[in-house]
Amino acid sequence: MSSRGAPLTRRAVRWVDQRTASAPLLRKTLRYLFPDHWSFLLGEVALYAFMVLVATGIYLTFFFVDSTREVVFHGNYYPPLYGQRMSEAYASVVHLSLATRAGLLLRQTHHWAANVFIAAIVLHLFRIFFTGAYRKPRELTYWLGVTMLMLSLLEAYLGYSLVDDLMSGMGLVIGYSVGLSLPFVGQNLMNWLFDGMFPGSPKLWPRMYIAHVLIFPVLIGLLLGAHLLLVAMRHHTQFRRTKAQTERTIVGVPAFPGQAPRSLGLLAGTAGFLFLLGGLVQINPIWLWGPYHTYSSTNGAQPDWYLGWLIGALRLVPGWDFTIGSYTVVPNPFWGGAAFPLVVFGFLYFWPWLERRFSGDHAFHNLLDRPRDAPVRTAIGVAMVSWVFLVFMAGSADRVNVTFGIDYVSQIWVYRVIVWVLPVAFGFATWWICKELRASDLVVLDRHEAEAEARLARLRRGDEPPGDPGALAE
Amino acid sequence: MRAVLTLAVLAVAGLLATGPARAGSGTPKDPLAAYGYHLYGQYCLGCHGGNAAGRYDQPSSATGAGPGRAQGQQGGIGPSLHGVGAAAADFYLRTGYMPLRRIGLQPRREPVFLSNHEIDALVAYVASFGGPPIPTPRPGLGSLSQGQALFAEHCAGCHQIVGQGGYVTGALPPALVEATPRQVAEAVRIGPYVMPAFSRSSISDRQLDSIVRYVEFTKQPTRPGGWGLGFIGPVPEGLVTWFIAIPALLVLCLLLGRRFRREPGA
Amino acid sequence: MSRARNAIVSALVLLVGRRRRRRPKPEDTRLVPALPPNPAAELAVLALLGLSSLSALGFILVYAFGDSLPAETPLLGTALGLAFLFLAAALIVVGLKLVPTEEIAEEYPPHEHPGEQQVIAELVDESGSRFTRRRLFKLGLLGAGGTLGLALLTPAVSFGPLFHVGNFLRTPWRRGRRLVDENGRPYKASDIEKNDFYLAFPEGTNDEEKDQMAASLVVIRLPPDQLRLPPHLKGYDAHGILAYSRICTHAGCAITLYRAPLFQPDEPRPALVCPCHYSTFDPTTGGTVTFGPAGRDLPLLPLYVDSAGYLRAKGNFDGPVGPSWWGVRLWKAQP
Repeated sequence: MSSRGAPLTRRAVRWVDQRTASAPLLRKTLRYLFPDHWSFLLGEVALYAFMVLVATGIYLTFFFVDSTREVVFHGNYYPPLYGQRMSEAYASVVHLSLATRAGLLLRQTHHWAANVFIAAIVLHLFRIFFTGAYRKPRELTYWLGVTMLMLSLLEAYLGYSLVDDLMSGMGLVIGYSVGLSLPFVGQNLMNWLFDGMFPGSPKLWPRMYIAHVLIFPVLIGLLLGAHLLLVAMRHHTQFRRTKAQTERTIVGVPAFPGQAPRSLGLLAGTAGFLFLLGGLVQINPIWLWGPYHTYSSTNGAQPDWYLGWLIGALRLVPGWDFTIGSYTVVPNPFWGGAAFPLVVFGFLYFWPWLERRFSGDHAFHNLLDRPRDAPVRTAIGVAMVSWVFLVFMAGSADRVNVTFGIDYVSQIWVYRVIVWVLPVAFGFATWWICKELRASDLVVLDRHEAEAEARLARLRRGDEPPGDPGALAE
Repeated sequence: MRAVLTLAVLAVAGLLATGPARAGSGTPKDPLAAYGYHLYGQYCLGCHGGNAAGRYDQPSSATGAGPGRAQGQQGGIGPSLHGVGAAAADFYLRTGYMPLRRIGLQPRREPVFLSNHEIDALVAYVASFGGPPIPTPRPGLGSLSQGQALFAEHCAGCHQIVGQGGYVTGALPPALVEATPRQVAEAVRIGPYVMPAFSRSSISDRQLDSIVRYVEFTKQPTRPGGWGLGFIGPVPEGLVTWFIAIPALLVLCLLLGRRFRREPGA
Repeated sequence: MSRARNAIVSALVLLVGRRRRRRPKPEDTRLVPALPPNPAAELAVLALLGLSSLSALGFILVYAFGDSLPAETPLLGTALGLAFLFLAAALIVVGLKLVPTEEIAEEYPPHEHPGEQQVIAELVDESGSRFTRRRLFKLGLLGAGGTLGLALLTPAVSFGPLFHVGNFLRTPWRRGRRLVDENGRPYKASDIEKNDFYLAFPEGTNDEEKDQMAASLVVIRLPPDQLRLPPHLKGYDAHGILAYSRICTHAGCAITLYRAPLFQPDEPRPALVCPCHYSTFDPTTGGTVTFGPAGRDLPLLPLYVDSAGYLRAKGNFDGPVGPSWWGVRLWKAQP
């Protein structure tokens, strides 16, 4: 028996290994190497936000009532709603927010966590895309990630729609309308899903609830587990910043002791920021919006930011229902609400295959590209991002009108043009910038090589003591 | 001599022809209204016409929403003020909607440059043509809950559920944070610009009290959750996510993901 | 007495004592490089952990005494948030200043394992050596699996009416139904004033039924000489009173915006507008779309005024209510 290591640690490890035979696996895991770049932490931020979501979410499930049965509000703690009819679901959330200690904190933290979760996924996706991390052999990992993004968007939408307040109720009927607009099958599908025409039957709410608290979280959790497992089995990619890092050799910081306190610190930091936000910045004050009825609506209703691209799309499409005779083959909401996200997600899913096909690059890649090293990919990526972003901006044109006085109708017409023109322009500009950056890189490379040669020449002549020949990359 | 007489006759005729004639009476007898009549000539005559009968004689260009401008620019036309009463005059003058700054566009709340006395005078003058008096809403008698429900049904579509203002094609329903109870009561009955006009049979006086009480509430909505972000929902929440939360987390990532450094002795 | 003294001594040792540095092992037998201690960092970490504990304690206290405190949620959030952030700071100091950050080089796992792949392929192949009718078996398995999967999915059809969609055309309106307000009070024609807009329901509907899309109306009055209704909608108004469906034909939001110009020559024309995507409907022409993404006119309910002056429906809407689906133009709404 080795005498190294503290006695308590030794005893604990021994106990675990005897019962689980996991010491070899634990050793491998503890010494797993993480690349030492900040952009690799974005996925972790998303993961930790997800943990906060699950933890706060479990708390919320103990208070939420998933019923659309009408009740009369008798809470003295909030006079503006006193005596009004509302669903039990809405009443339960009002009660949790205004009459339950720490209830509002946990509810707001949950909602902030959702916003941050998806923002972190998007940033993580940008890092993956613009560095080519999705290439062989990591396509599977990438597809799992894109699927998780899609599921997260749906999950978040379900989550804030469950509250049944005026704003989210409007959002729900819009979602229903997009479903309805699916050519030929939409009506049947929505009638089936909602158990009748909107607002559906009393079974709808429990359905949404179980989807939000069980089905989607389990799905996302499973995909997340598979995603992380694949990342570990194939090992992380890395930027080539030192000569030691190659396609064969990974240089990184081991999970233990180096990475562990950093990751744990990021977890604590993410949780800390989220709770701070949850306490200090009000989010979704549903008691102010009031209950939803199909015959009620308010100005200025918007979805959460991650669905803003859809409201922009829905507002931009001009008023056509595409008909053939009396058949309304494509009702209007389809274009903005279904076709647009289909194209974007289709692009995300098919991109690795498209790139392989058109670049002819079927090789394994463990090293990442700098965005400038793949000008076409970066340009197309920038074009897609700017397309989605411009549509997203169009969605808030009415508030821009209210705040800045720029006429809404004019904005819509301008956006209708620039959402097609600007992305192409940005794409070309990006491509050109990448090319220019690479050209200057080569100049720098040439200079380094020339200096190295000159130094070598001086050495041979005996004019200079031996020193470190100029390193290539730094 | 004859020239002077002719001139005098012409002058008198001219005065009689151009001066605003009021159904037989000319300058109002009440001194306040008389002062108002004088001010009317200064600020209002150009659009509202002689005797406050309105001017409809300018050709109007395109009205209604469409690409580009929401309104065509046009010359001074304005409705008759007969029967609008003190309520309307008080509303438009105290909000600064009138005198209209930009012809042909939606009136907006502007800094009021008329003094209180001048406004009182104009109100008296307009009131002399008949119409509803200045309302006296009593929000204390209203019910906050009924006010919320009424506001949601009649007002939230344009003004947003907590009165933060909004957009309707071709117009900008304003936020209500600066509207006094009296102005709210006046606007509800008048229906200025493209706002609907709610009469007593539609919204009773007591119901109006409730609405006014609710509007007062929306000036400082309940915000137990911290910074209110303007109470308009997800747009500012998204801004906080991307401009406060994400940068903070990015700073954390940058701090933690340091480049390799050579540890002393390593 | 001595037990108390022992307790005090133990506490002091815990707070102040340091582990005596063992004699460092020779470098080549160590797994993790040895670095000199960093007392400043250790102190910082301890301080941060202490602050974190205090914050967490603060959370518990605020929770306990929240009744007498204003701004309860911000205080709770600050306390808990700081508890986590101080912990994060402590961990960061540990990570950056106390534990060694090794930079280790290692081989990536191999691209593939041809040997194992071969073995697996052979395993599968050889196991099937007794099957002579392979293609048929594959088809059979596919068939069984496929149909079994289909069978397992079939009960999901019961979730809702997947095949019977006649409910989309049904409305609670029929000839003679009175229009009532939210409290059930019937509308008289004389109640409907110009420049105002009203919420109306069919008489006799309960609260749940009021939430059906086909139930709610937006009722307005326009001067009859302003109306330019198309031929198939002639007579749908009652002396200028119009009752439109309140549900936007684009995506189902309630139309609660009414543009009612006070001074027509200078202001936008009357319009019913939806706040979701600003679909704008012209009430004078039967609800035609003048701006926005709606692709279908707003359905109009025909009205008449009965002998007592009450507003009644003359029949059903001129088209189905609400957002469009593929067959929306094939059918008229049915009572």
